[in-house]
Amino acid sequence: MSNDLNLLDAIERYLDGKMGEEEKLRFESMRQQNSEVDQLLVEHSLFLKQLEETGKREHFQSLLHETHNNLANKGVIENTKPSGKAIVVNLFRKYKKVSLVAACSAGLTALAISGMFNAFNPATESKKLQALSREFENIKNEQKHTKAVVKNLQQDINRGIDPNIVFKSGGTGFVIDPAGYVVTNYHVVKGARYIALQSAAGKAYNAVLVYTNPDVDLAIIKIEDDSFKPYKQIPFSINKTAADLAESIYTLGYPRETIVYDQGYLSAKTGYNGDSLTCQLAISAKPGNSGGPVLNNRGEIIGVISTREAAAQGVVFAIKAKHIVAAMDALEKEGKYDLTANNKGNNANYLSGLNRPQQVKKVEDFVFMVKID
Amino acid sequence: MTDYNEKELLKGLANSDKTVIELIYKNSFKLIQTLILNNNGTNDDAKDIFQEALLVLYEKAKTEHFELSCQIKTYLYSVSKRLWLKKLQTGSRYVSQLYGNEEVADISEDIDYYHQKNEEFELMHKAIHQLGEPCKSLLHAFYMQKMNMQDIAEAFGYTNAENAKTQKYKCLVRLKKLFFSSYTGK
Repeated sequence: MSNDLNLLDAIERYLDGKMGEEEKLRFESMRQQNSEVDQLLVEHSLFLKQLEETGKREHFQSLLHETHNNLANKGVIENTKPSGKAIVVNLFRKYKKVSLVAACSAGLTALAISGMFNAFNPATESKKLQALSREFENIKNEQKHTKAVVKNLQQDINRGIDPNIVFKSGGTGFVIDPAGYVVTNYHVVKGARYIALQSAAGKAYNAVLVYTNPDVDLAIIKIEDDSFKPYKQIPFSINKTAADLAESIYTLGYPRETIVYDQGYLSAKTGYNGDSLTCQLAISAKPGNSGGPVLNNRGEIIGVISTREAAAQGVVFAIKAKHIVAAMDALEKEGKYDLTANNKGNNANYLSGLNRPQQVKKVEDFVFMVKID
Repeated sequence: MTDYNEKELLKGLANSDKTVIELIYKNSFKLIQTLILNNNGTNDDAKDIFQEALLVLYEKAKTEHFELSCQIKTYLYSVSKRLWLKKLQTGSRYVSQLYGNEEVADISEDIDYYHQKNEEFELMHKAIHQLGEPCKSLLHAFYMQKMNMQDIAEAFGYTNAENAKTQKYKCLVRLKKLFFSSYTGK
Protein backbone atom coordinates (compact mmCIF):
# COMPACT_ATOMS: atom_id res chain seq x y z
CA MET A 1 0.00 0.00 0.00
CA SER A 2 2.67 2.51 1.01
CA ASN A 3 4.52 1.55 -2.17
CA ASP A 4 1.55 2.54 -4.25
CA LEU A 5 1.25 5.78 -2.35
CA ASN A 6 4.86 6.62 -2.94
CA LEU A 7 4.48 5.90 -6.62
CA LEU A 8 1.40 8.09 -6.94
CA ASP A 9 3.17 10.80 -5.01
CA ALA A 10 6.12 10.59 -7.39
CA ILE A 11 3.79 10.72 -10.39
CA GLU A 12 2.06 13.80 -9.10
CA ARG A 13 5.28 15.58 -8.36
CA TYR A 14 6.55 14.65 -11.80
CA LEU A 15 3.41 15.97 -13.47
CA ASP A 16 3.55 19.17 -11.46
CA GLY A 17 7.22 19.60 -12.38
CA LYS A 18 8.23 19.60 -8.72
CA MET A 19 11.01 16.99 -9.09
CA GLY A 20 14.70 17.81 -8.93
CA GLU A 21 16.82 17.11 -12.04
CA GLU A 22 18.35 13.94 -10.66
CA GLU A 23 15.11 12.45 -9.41
CA LYS A 24 13.39 13.35 -12.65
CA LEU A 25 16.00 11.47 -14.70
CA ARG A 26 15.69 8.45 -12.42
CA PHE A 27 11.93 8.54 -12.68
CA GLU A 28 11.97 8.83 -16.46
CA SER A 29 14.24 5.84 -16.86
CA MET A 30 11.99 3.85 -14.53
CA ARG A 31 9.04 4.90 -16.67
CA GLN A 32 10.78 3.61 -19.79
CA GLN A 33 11.70 0.29 -18.26
CA ASN A 34 8.46 -0.41 -16.47
CA SER A 35 5.41 -0.18 -18.74
CA GLU A 36 3.05 -0.43 -15.79
CA VAL A 37 4.42 2.74 -14.30
CA ASP A 38 4.07 4.42 -17.67
CA GLN A 39 0.46 3.37 -17.98
CA LEU A 40 -0.33 4.47 -14.46
CA LEU A 41 1.21 7.85 -15.19
CA VAL A 42 -0.90 8.44 -18.29
CA GLU A 43 -4.04 7.27 -16.55
CA HIS A 44 -3.35 9.38 -13.51
CA SER A 45 -2.64 12.52 -15.48
CA LEU A 46 -5.92 12.14 -17.36
CA PHE A 47 -7.75 11.52 -14.14
CA LEU A 48 -6.26 14.54 -12.42
CA LYS A 49 -7.12 16.70 -15.41
CA GLN A 50 -10.69 15.51 -15.21
CA LEU A 51 -10.79 16.20 -11.49
CA GLU A 52 -9.36 19.65 -11.99
CA GLU A 53 -11.80 20.50 -14.76
CA THR A 54 -14.66 19.35 -12.60
CA GLY A 55 -13.47 21.70 -9.91
CA LYS A 56 -13.15 24.59 -12.36
CA ARG A 57 -16.56 23.95 -13.75
CA GLU A 58 -18.15 23.82 -10.33
CA HIS A 59 -16.49 27.11 -9.57
CA PHE A 60 -17.78 28.56 -12.84
CA GLN A 61 -21.32 27.41 -12.11
CA SER A 62 -21.31 28.86 -8.62
CA LEU A 63 -20.05 32.12 -10.13
CA LEU A 64 -23.01 32.11 -12.52
CA HIS A 65 -25.48 31.69 -9.67
CA GLU A 66 -23.76 34.38 -7.68
CA THR A 67 -23.82 36.79 -10.63
CA HIS A 68 -27.47 36.07 -11.30
CA ASN A 69 -28.47 36.74 -7.71
CA ASN A 70 -26.31 39.86 -7.56
CA LEU A 71 -27.81 41.33 -10.68
CA ALA A 72 -31.33 40.37 -9.62
CA ASN A 73 -30.82 42.10 -6.27
CA LYS A 74 -29.47 45.20 -7.94
CA GLY A 75 -32.45 45.20 -10.26
CA VAL A 76 -30.29 45.03 -13.39
CA ILE A 77 -32.20 41.95 -14.47
CA GLU A 78 -35.78 41.78 -13.39
CA ASN A 79 -38.07 38.92 -12.70
CA THR A 80 -41.14 40.29 -14.38
CA LYS A 81 -42.90 38.86 -17.33
CA PRO A 82 -42.86 41.11 -20.36
CA SER A 83 -46.30 41.83 -21.72
CA GLY A 84 -47.70 39.08 -23.91
CA LYS A 85 -48.74 41.63 -26.50
CA ALA A 86 -45.33 41.67 -28.10
CA ILE A 87 -45.70 38.10 -29.37
CA VAL A 88 -48.93 38.81 -31.12
CA VAL A 89 -47.66 42.05 -32.59
CA ASN A 90 -44.47 40.38 -33.79
CA LEU A 91 -46.41 37.49 -35.24
CA PHE A 92 -48.76 39.84 -36.99
CA ARG A 93 -45.89 41.82 -38.49
CA LYS A 94 -44.07 38.70 -39.51
CA TYR A 95 -47.01 36.93 -41.10
CA LYS A 96 -49.06 39.87 -42.37
CA LYS A 97 -48.46 39.09 -46.03
CA VAL A 98 -48.64 35.37 -45.57
CA SER A 99 -51.98 35.63 -43.82
CA LEU A 100 -53.40 37.77 -46.63
CA VAL A 101 -52.40 35.18 -49.20
CA ALA A 102 -53.64 32.41 -46.94
CA ALA A 103 -57.00 34.13 -46.50
CA CYS A 104 -57.44 34.45 -50.26
CA SER A 105 -56.53 30.86 -50.98
CA ALA A 106 -58.61 29.68 -48.04
CA GLY A 107 -61.62 31.43 -49.54
CA LEU A 108 -61.09 29.76 -52.88
CA THR A 109 -60.50 26.39 -51.25
CA ALA A 110 -63.65 26.75 -49.19
CA LEU A 111 -65.68 27.32 -52.37
CA ALA A 112 -64.03 24.38 -54.06
CA ILE A 113 -64.60 22.11 -51.09
CA SER A 114 -68.24 23.00 -50.68
CA GLY A 115 -68.69 22.20 -54.38
CA MET A 116 -66.93 18.90 -53.98
CA PHE A 117 -68.84 18.14 -50.84
CA ASN A 118 -72.11 18.41 -52.72
CA ALA A 119 -70.74 16.21 -55.48
CA PHE A 120 -69.50 13.43 -53.24
CA ASN A 121 -71.93 13.36 -50.41
CA PRO A 122 -70.57 11.00 -47.73
CA ALA A 123 -73.96 9.33 -47.49
CA THR A 124 -73.09 7.30 -50.57
CA GLU A 125 -70.02 5.92 -48.84
CA SER A 126 -71.60 5.05 -45.58
CA LYS A 127 -71.97 1.43 -46.58
CA LYS A 128 -68.26 0.99 -46.14
CA LEU A 129 -68.67 2.11 -42.57
CA GLN A 130 -70.39 -0.05 -40.10
CA ALA A 131 -72.58 1.66 -37.57
CA LEU A 132 -71.81 0.20 -34.22
CA SER A 133 -75.30 -0.05 -32.85
CA ARG A 134 -76.13 -3.49 -31.70
CA GLU A 135 -78.74 -5.55 -33.47
CA PHE A 136 -79.60 -8.41 -31.25
CA GLU A 137 -79.00 -11.62 -33.07
CA ASN A 138 -81.40 -13.68 -31.18
CA ILE A 139 -84.45 -11.60 -30.62
CA LYS A 140 -86.29 -14.34 -28.86
CA ASN A 141 -83.67 -14.77 -26.21
CA GLU A 142 -83.39 -11.07 -25.82
CA GLN A 143 -87.10 -10.73 -25.46
CA LYS A 144 -87.09 -13.27 -22.69
CA HIS A 145 -84.14 -11.61 -21.09
CA THR A 146 -85.51 -8.11 -21.28
CA LYS A 147 -88.83 -9.24 -20.01
CA ALA A 148 -87.15 -10.91 -17.10
CA VAL A 149 -85.06 -7.87 -16.35
CA VAL A 150 -87.95 -5.50 -16.65
CA LYS A 151 -90.18 -7.71 -14.61
CA ASN A 152 -87.59 -7.99 -11.88
CA LEU A 153 -87.08 -4.29 -11.83
CA GLN A 154 -90.78 -3.73 -11.71
CA GLN A 155 -91.18 -5.99 -8.77
CA ASP A 156 -88.11 -4.83 -6.95
CA ILE A 157 -88.17 -1.11 -7.42
CA ASN A 158 -91.64 -0.67 -8.78
CA ARG A 159 -90.47 0.93 -11.98
CA GLY A 160 -92.72 1.80 -14.87
CA ILE A 161 -91.03 0.32 -17.92
CA ASP A 162 -93.64 -1.41 -20.03
CA PRO A 163 -92.82 -5.12 -20.11
CA ASN A 164 -94.48 -5.40 -23.49
CA ILE A 165 -91.83 -3.32 -25.19
CA VAL A 166 -89.32 -5.43 -27.05
CA PHE A 167 -85.99 -3.69 -27.20
CA LYS A 168 -84.32 -4.95 -30.29
CA SER A 169 -81.29 -2.81 -30.74
CA GLY A 170 -79.08 -0.68 -28.60
CA GLY A 171 -75.90 1.14 -27.98
CA THR A 172 -74.16 3.13 -25.32
CA GLY A 173 -74.69 6.61 -23.97
CA PHE A 174 -73.18 8.71 -21.23
CA VAL A 175 -74.34 11.49 -18.97
CA ILE A 176 -73.35 15.01 -19.96
CA ASP A 177 -75.47 16.93 -17.51
CA PRO A 178 -76.39 16.17 -13.92
CA ALA A 179 -80.07 16.76 -14.71
CA GLY A 180 -80.06 13.48 -16.62
CA TYR A 181 -79.12 14.41 -20.16
CA VAL A 182 -77.38 11.58 -21.94
CA VAL A 183 -75.54 11.80 -25.27
CA THR A 184 -75.44 8.95 -27.75
CA ASN A 185 -75.28 8.42 -31.52
CA TYR A 186 -78.16 9.41 -33.73
CA HIS A 187 -77.98 6.03 -35.45
CA VAL A 188 -78.52 4.31 -32.13
CA VAL A 189 -81.85 5.99 -31.44
CA LYS A 190 -82.98 6.45 -35.04
CA GLY A 191 -86.60 5.37 -35.49
CA ALA A 192 -87.03 4.54 -31.83
CA ARG A 193 -90.49 4.48 -30.33
CA TYR A 194 -89.31 3.81 -26.81
CA ILE A 195 -85.93 4.42 -25.26
CA ALA A 196 -84.72 2.92 -22.05
CA LEU A 197 -81.41 3.28 -20.27
CA GLN A 198 -79.78 0.65 -18.12
CA SER A 199 -76.85 1.40 -15.86
CA ALA A 200 -73.89 -0.86 -15.16
CA ALA A 201 -75.44 -1.63 -11.79
CA GLY A 202 -78.65 -2.79 -13.48
CA LYS A 203 -80.91 0.19 -12.77
CA ALA A 204 -83.22 1.02 -15.68
CA TYR A 205 -84.84 4.31 -16.59
CA ASN A 206 -87.26 5.50 -19.26
CA ALA A 207 -85.89 8.22 -21.47
CA VAL A 208 -87.10 10.52 -24.21
CA LEU A 209 -85.35 11.90 -27.22
CA VAL A 210 -84.80 15.65 -26.92
CA TYR A 211 -82.32 16.48 -29.66
CA THR A 212 -80.97 14.89 -32.80
CA ASN A 213 -78.43 15.92 -35.39
CA PRO A 214 -78.13 13.31 -38.15
CA ASP A 215 -75.30 15.27 -39.83
CA VAL A 216 -72.87 14.72 -37.00
CA ASP A 217 -74.63 11.53 -35.85
CA LEU A 218 -75.37 12.79 -32.35
CA ALA A 219 -78.51 12.62 -30.22
CA ILE A 220 -79.31 13.77 -26.73
CA ILE A 221 -81.86 11.94 -24.64
CA LYS A 222 -83.20 12.86 -21.26
CA ILE A 223 -84.04 10.52 -18.44
CA GLU A 224 -87.77 10.92 -17.69
CA ASP A 225 -88.40 8.59 -14.86
CA ASP A 226 -89.89 9.13 -11.44
CA SER A 227 -87.23 7.05 -9.79
CA PHE A 228 -84.42 9.13 -11.24
CA LYS A 229 -82.68 11.54 -8.92
CA PRO A 230 -80.49 14.20 -10.56
CA TYR A 231 -76.77 13.76 -10.03
CA LYS A 232 -74.90 16.16 -7.81
CA GLN A 233 -72.09 16.36 -10.32
CA ILE A 234 -70.50 14.43 -13.14
CA PRO A 235 -66.87 13.45 -12.74
CA PHE A 236 -65.52 14.13 -16.23
CA SER A 237 -65.28 17.33 -18.21
CA ILE A 238 -65.45 17.69 -21.96
CA ASN A 239 -62.23 18.62 -23.74
CA LYS A 240 -63.17 20.63 -26.81
CA THR A 241 -59.64 21.03 -28.12
CA ALA A 242 -58.29 18.52 -30.59
CA ALA A 243 -56.54 15.58 -28.98
CA ASP A 244 -52.95 14.78 -29.90
CA LEU A 245 -51.87 11.95 -32.14
CA ALA A 246 -50.83 8.80 -30.25
CA GLU A 247 -52.59 10.02 -27.14
CA SER A 248 -53.71 7.06 -25.10
CA ILE A 249 -57.47 6.76 -24.85
CA TYR A 250 -60.06 4.39 -23.44
CA THR A 251 -63.75 3.72 -23.72
CA LEU A 252 -66.58 2.04 -21.87
CA GLY A 253 -69.57 0.54 -23.61
CA TYR A 254 -72.11 -2.24 -23.85
CA PRO A 255 -71.23 -4.61 -26.68
CA ARG A 256 -72.62 -7.24 -24.32
CA GLU A 257 -75.07 -7.15 -21.46
CA THR A 258 -72.32 -5.98 -19.12
CA ILE A 259 -70.15 -2.91 -19.31
CA VAL A 260 -66.90 -3.51 -21.20
CA TYR A 261 -63.67 -1.52 -21.03
CA ASP A 262 -61.23 -1.14 -23.90
CA GLN A 263 -58.19 0.98 -24.56
CA GLY A 264 -56.21 2.24 -27.52
CA TYR A 265 -54.76 5.36 -28.97
CA LEU A 266 -55.69 8.23 -31.26
CA SER A 267 -54.34 7.29 -34.67
CA ALA A 268 -55.51 10.17 -36.86
CA LYS A 269 -57.04 13.56 -36.32
CA THR A 270 -59.52 13.05 -39.12
CA GLY A 271 -62.00 10.29 -39.77
CA TYR A 272 -62.99 8.19 -42.76
CA ASN A 273 -61.69 9.75 -46.00
CA GLY A 274 -60.48 12.83 -44.17
CA ASP A 275 -63.81 13.58 -42.50
CA SER A 276 -63.03 16.42 -40.11
CA LEU A 277 -66.04 15.83 -37.86
CA THR A 278 -64.48 12.67 -36.56
CA CYS A 279 -61.12 11.29 -35.60
CA GLN A 280 -59.65 7.83 -36.01
CA LEU A 281 -58.90 5.54 -33.08
CA ALA A 282 -57.03 2.30 -32.86
CA ILE A 283 -59.21 0.36 -30.46
CA SER A 284 -61.35 -2.68 -30.77
CA ALA A 285 -65.03 -1.80 -30.81
CA LYS A 286 -67.99 -4.03 -31.40
CA PRO A 287 -71.57 -3.28 -32.29
CA GLY A 288 -73.01 -1.84 -29.10
CA ASN A 289 -70.05 0.42 -28.43
CA SER A 290 -71.76 3.15 -30.45
CA GLY A 291 -72.31 6.28 -28.39
CA GLY A 292 -69.69 5.30 -25.85
CA PRO A 293 -67.43 7.98 -24.38
CA VAL A 294 -63.79 8.27 -25.48
CA LEU A 295 -61.67 9.47 -22.58
CA ASN A 296 -58.02 10.47 -22.41
CA ASN A 297 -55.51 9.82 -19.64
CA ARG A 298 -56.77 12.73 -17.58
CA GLY A 299 -60.31 11.43 -17.76
CA GLU A 300 -61.57 14.11 -20.12
CA ILE A 301 -64.15 13.26 -22.76
CA ILE A 302 -62.55 13.76 -26.17
CA GLY A 303 -65.16 12.09 -28.34
CA VAL A 304 -68.03 9.69 -28.92
CA ILE A 305 -67.48 6.30 -30.59
CA SER A 306 -69.57 6.14 -33.75
CA THR A 307 -68.50 3.90 -36.59
CA ARG A 308 -65.82 1.48 -37.63
CA GLU A 309 -64.36 0.70 -40.99
CA ALA A 310 -65.97 -2.49 -42.23
CA ALA A 311 -62.95 -3.54 -44.25
CA ALA A 312 -60.38 -3.24 -41.47
CA GLN A 313 -60.07 -4.43 -37.89
CA GLY A 314 -59.41 -1.96 -35.13
CA VAL A 315 -60.14 1.14 -37.19
CA VAL A 316 -62.79 3.03 -35.30
CA PHE A 317 -64.04 6.56 -35.76
CA ALA A 318 -65.19 8.85 -33.01
CA ILE A 319 -67.09 12.13 -33.18
CA LYS A 320 -64.98 14.92 -31.76
CA ALA A 321 -66.03 16.26 -28.37
CA LYS A 322 -66.57 19.80 -29.59
CA HIS A 323 -69.67 18.56 -31.40
CA ILE A 324 -71.15 17.41 -28.10
CA VAL A 325 -70.79 20.95 -26.83
CA ALA A 326 -72.28 22.27 -30.08
CA ALA A 327 -75.25 19.91 -29.60
CA MET A 328 -75.70 21.17 -26.06
CA ASP A 329 -75.60 24.75 -27.33
CA ALA A 330 -78.24 23.96 -29.93
CA LEU A 331 -80.42 22.28 -27.34
CA GLU A 332 -80.12 25.27 -25.08
CA LYS A 333 -81.06 27.61 -27.91
CA GLU A 334 -84.33 25.79 -28.31
CA GLY A 335 -85.02 27.17 -24.89
CA LYS A 336 -86.82 24.18 -23.53
CA TYR A 337 -83.97 22.85 -21.52
CA ASP A 338 -81.55 24.44 -19.16
CA LEU A 339 -78.12 22.95 -19.52
CA THR A 340 -76.22 25.76 -17.90
CA ALA A 341 -76.33 24.07 -14.53
CA ASN A 342 -73.33 22.06 -15.58
CA ASN A 343 -71.71 24.82 -17.57
CA LYS A 344 -71.82 22.57 -20.62
CA GLY A 345 -68.97 20.24 -19.88
CA ASN A 346 -66.72 22.96 -18.49
CA ASN A 347 -67.16 21.56 -15.01
CA ALA A 348 -64.15 20.58 -12.94
CA ASN A 349 -62.62 17.25 -13.83
CA TYR A 350 -62.48 14.94 -10.82
CA LEU A 351 -60.54 12.22 -12.60
CA SER A 352 -57.14 13.67 -13.42
CA GLY A 353 -54.57 12.18 -11.12
CA LEU A 354 -56.48 8.95 -10.62
CA ASN A 355 -55.21 5.78 -12.24
CA ARG A 356 -57.26 3.96 -14.86
CA PRO A 357 -59.13 1.49 -12.65
CA GLN A 358 -60.09 4.30 -10.26
CA GLN A 359 -61.22 6.49 -13.15
CA VAL A 360 -63.26 3.68 -14.66
CA LYS A 361 -64.92 3.00 -11.33
CA LYS A 362 -66.08 6.62 -11.21
CA VAL A 363 -67.05 6.83 -14.87
CA GLU A 364 -69.01 3.59 -15.18
CA ASP A 365 -71.95 4.91 -13.15
CA PHE A 366 -72.43 7.54 -15.85
CA VAL A 367 -72.31 5.21 -18.84
CA PHE A 368 -75.63 3.64 -19.80
CA MET A 369 -76.79 0.94 -22.12
CA VAL A 370 -79.24 2.57 -24.53
CA LYS A 371 -82.03 0.23 -25.58
CA ILE A 372 -84.57 1.11 -28.20
CA ASP A 373 -87.63 -0.38 -29.64
CA MET B 1 -19.23 46.16 -23.68
CA THR B 2 -16.97 49.08 -23.33
CA ASP B 3 -13.57 48.03 -22.09
CA TYR B 4 -13.33 44.56 -23.53
CA ASN B 5 -13.46 43.26 -27.06
CA GLU B 6 -15.21 39.97 -27.75
CA LYS B 7 -11.98 37.96 -27.80
CA GLU B 8 -10.95 39.20 -24.38
CA LEU B 9 -14.40 38.43 -23.07
CA LEU B 10 -14.17 34.83 -24.26
CA LYS B 11 -10.75 34.47 -22.70
CA GLY B 12 -12.10 35.87 -19.47
CA LEU B 13 -15.01 33.47 -19.61
CA ALA B 14 -12.70 30.48 -20.04
CA ASN B 15 -10.80 31.65 -16.96
CA SER B 16 -13.99 32.16 -14.93
CA ASP B 17 -13.38 35.89 -14.66
CA LYS B 18 -16.09 37.33 -12.46
CA THR B 19 -16.22 40.77 -14.11
CA VAL B 20 -16.48 39.20 -17.54
CA ILE B 21 -19.31 36.91 -16.48
CA GLU B 22 -21.19 39.87 -15.11
CA LEU B 23 -20.65 41.86 -18.31
CA ILE B 24 -21.93 39.03 -20.50
CA TYR B 25 -24.85 38.52 -18.15
CA LYS B 26 -25.82 42.19 -18.31
CA ASN B 27 -25.51 42.31 -22.06
CA SER B 28 -27.30 39.10 -23.04
CA PHE B 29 -29.61 37.81 -20.32
CA LYS B 30 -32.63 39.95 -21.16
CA LEU B 31 -32.68 38.75 -24.75
CA ILE B 32 -32.78 35.11 -23.68
CA GLN B 33 -35.23 35.84 -20.88
CA THR B 34 -37.66 37.32 -23.38
CA LEU B 35 -37.24 34.32 -25.67
CA ILE B 36 -38.04 31.83 -22.90
CA LEU B 37 -40.90 33.82 -21.38
CA ASN B 38 -42.52 34.24 -24.78
CA ASN B 39 -42.37 30.50 -25.29
CA ASN B 40 -44.15 29.06 -22.29
CA GLY B 41 -41.20 29.36 -19.93
CA THR B 42 -40.78 30.88 -16.48
CA ASN B 43 -38.06 33.13 -15.06
CA ASP B 44 -36.43 30.08 -13.52
CA ASP B 45 -36.40 28.38 -16.90
CA ALA B 46 -34.77 31.47 -18.36
CA LYS B 47 -32.08 31.37 -15.70
CA ASP B 48 -31.40 27.66 -16.22
CA ILE B 49 -31.30 27.87 -19.98
CA PHE B 50 -29.11 30.97 -20.04
CA GLN B 51 -26.64 29.42 -17.62
CA GLU B 52 -26.55 26.22 -19.62
CA ALA B 53 -25.86 28.23 -22.77
CA LEU B 54 -23.03 29.99 -20.95
CA LEU B 55 -21.63 26.56 -20.05
CA VAL B 56 -21.73 25.55 -23.72
CA LEU B 57 -19.77 28.67 -24.57
CA TYR B 58 -17.43 28.08 -21.62
CA GLU B 59 -16.56 24.58 -22.81
CA LYS B 60 -16.04 25.89 -26.32
CA ALA B 61 -13.90 28.79 -25.16
CA LYS B 62 -11.67 26.39 -23.26
CA THR B 63 -10.78 24.36 -26.36
CA GLU B 64 -7.53 25.30 -28.03
CA HIS B 65 -8.47 26.42 -31.51
CA PHE B 66 -11.84 27.93 -31.26
CA GLU B 67 -13.34 30.75 -33.20
CA LEU B 68 -16.64 32.45 -32.75
CA SER B 69 -18.19 33.39 -36.07
CA CYS B 70 -20.71 35.76 -34.51
CA GLN B 71 -21.30 37.98 -31.51
CA ILE B 72 -21.42 36.37 -28.09
CA LYS B 73 -24.99 37.58 -27.66
CA THR B 74 -26.10 36.00 -30.93
CA TYR B 75 -24.33 32.78 -30.10
CA LEU B 76 -25.95 32.53 -26.67
CA TYR B 77 -29.34 33.24 -28.21
CA SER B 78 -28.99 30.46 -30.75
CA VAL B 79 -27.81 27.95 -28.16
CA SER B 80 -30.58 28.91 -25.73
CA LYS B 81 -33.17 28.55 -28.42
CA ARG B 82 -31.98 25.06 -29.32
CA LEU B 83 -31.76 23.97 -25.68
CA TRP B 84 -35.23 25.29 -24.84
CA LEU B 85 -36.82 23.68 -27.89
CA LYS B 86 -35.32 20.37 -26.87
CA LYS B 87 -36.54 20.78 -23.32
CA LEU B 88 -40.07 21.54 -24.49
CA GLN B 89 -40.06 18.52 -26.74
CA THR B 90 -38.87 16.15 -24.02
CA GLY B 91 -41.65 17.54 -21.84
CA SER B 92 -43.95 15.73 -24.27
CA ARG B 93 -45.30 18.97 -25.62
CA TYR B 94 -45.38 19.04 -29.35
CA VAL B 95 -43.54 22.13 -30.52
CA SER B 96 -41.88 22.43 -33.88
CA GLN B 97 -40.89 26.07 -33.76
CA LEU B 98 -40.35 28.79 -31.23
CA TYR B 99 -41.50 32.36 -31.59
CA GLY B 100 -38.43 34.51 -32.02
CA ASN B 101 -35.60 35.37 -34.33
CA GLU B 102 -33.88 32.83 -36.52
CA GLU B 103 -30.88 30.89 -35.30
CA VAL B 104 -27.77 32.37 -36.84
CA ALA B 105 -24.84 30.54 -35.38
CA ASP B 106 -23.99 27.00 -36.31
CA ILE B 107 -24.02 25.41 -32.92
CA SER B 108 -24.82 21.71 -33.32
CA GLU B 109 -21.24 20.57 -32.85
CA ASP B 110 -20.72 22.81 -29.87
CA ILE B 111 -23.81 21.44 -28.16
CA ASP B 112 -22.71 17.88 -28.83
CA TYR B 113 -19.29 18.66 -27.41
CA TYR B 114 -20.91 20.21 -24.37
CA HIS B 115 -23.10 17.17 -23.79
CA GLN B 116 -20.08 14.90 -24.01
CA LYS B 117 -18.19 17.06 -21.51
CA ASN B 118 -21.26 17.15 -19.36
CA GLU B 119 -21.37 13.38 -19.23
CA GLU B 120 -17.78 13.16 -18.01
CA PHE B 121 -18.47 15.87 -15.52
CA GLU B 122 -21.53 14.06 -14.21
CA LEU B 123 -19.53 10.86 -13.78
CA MET B 124 -16.89 12.61 -11.74
CA HIS B 125 -19.51 14.46 -9.78
CA LYS B 126 -21.28 11.20 -8.96
CA ALA B 127 -18.04 9.48 -7.98
CA ILE B 128 -17.11 12.34 -5.65
CA HIS B 129 -20.56 12.26 -4.16
CA GLN B 130 -20.33 8.53 -3.47
CA LEU B 131 -16.98 9.03 -1.78
CA GLY B 132 -18.44 10.57 1.35
CA GLU B 133 -16.70 12.68 3.97
CA PRO B 134 -13.96 13.54 4.82
CA CYS B 135 -12.55 12.33 1.51
CA LYS B 136 -14.84 14.63 -0.46
CA SER B 137 -13.70 17.79 1.26
CA LEU B 138 -10.10 16.66 1.43
CA LEU B 139 -9.80 16.08 -2.31
CA HIS B 140 -11.79 19.20 -3.01
CA ALA B 141 -9.40 21.27 -0.93
CA PHE B 142 -6.28 19.81 -2.51
CA TYR B 143 -7.18 19.36 -6.17
CA MET B 144 -9.80 21.99 -6.73
CA GLN B 145 -9.00 24.76 -4.29
CA LYS B 146 -5.28 24.00 -4.58
CA MET B 147 -4.63 24.36 -0.87
CA ASN B 148 -1.25 23.08 0.32
CA MET B 149 -0.87 20.08 2.56
CA GLN B 150 0.13 22.04 5.63
CA ASP B 151 -3.04 24.19 5.50
CA ILE B 152 -5.17 21.13 4.82
CA ALA B 153 -3.72 19.30 7.81
CA GLU B 154 -4.60 22.27 10.00
CA ALA B 155 -8.06 22.78 8.56
CA PHE B 156 -9.02 19.12 8.88
CA GLY B 157 -7.26 18.50 12.18
CA TYR B 158 -4.55 16.06 11.12
CA THR B 159 -1.51 16.09 13.37
CA ASN B 160 0.88 16.71 10.51
CA ALA B 161 1.01 17.20 6.75
CA GLU B 162 2.37 13.69 6.17
CA ASN B 163 -0.73 12.09 7.72
CA ALA B 164 -2.99 14.31 5.67
CA LYS B 165 -1.08 13.31 2.55
CA THR B 166 -1.48 9.60 3.29
CA GLN B 167 -5.18 10.11 3.86
CA LYS B 168 -5.47 12.11 0.64
CA TYR B 169 -3.87 9.29 -1.37
CA LYS B 170 -6.18 6.71 0.10
CA CYS B 171 -9.13 8.88 -0.84
CA LEU B 172 -7.77 9.44 -4.32
CA VAL B 173 -7.36 5.73 -4.95
CA ARG B 174 -10.94 5.14 -3.84
CA LEU B 175 -12.23 7.94 -6.04
CA LYS B 176 -10.34 6.56 -9.02
CA LYS B 177 -11.89 3.17 -8.47
CA LEU B 178 -15.39 4.65 -8.26
CA PHE B 179 -14.85 6.85 -11.29
CA PHE B 180 -13.42 4.18 -13.56
CA SER B 181 -15.97 1.56 -12.54
CA SER B 182 -18.83 3.85 -13.54
CA TYR B 183 -16.88 4.99 -16.61
CA THR B 184 -16.51 1.45 -17.97
CA GLY B 185 -20.01 0.66 -16.78
CA LYS B 186 -21.33 3.27 -19.18
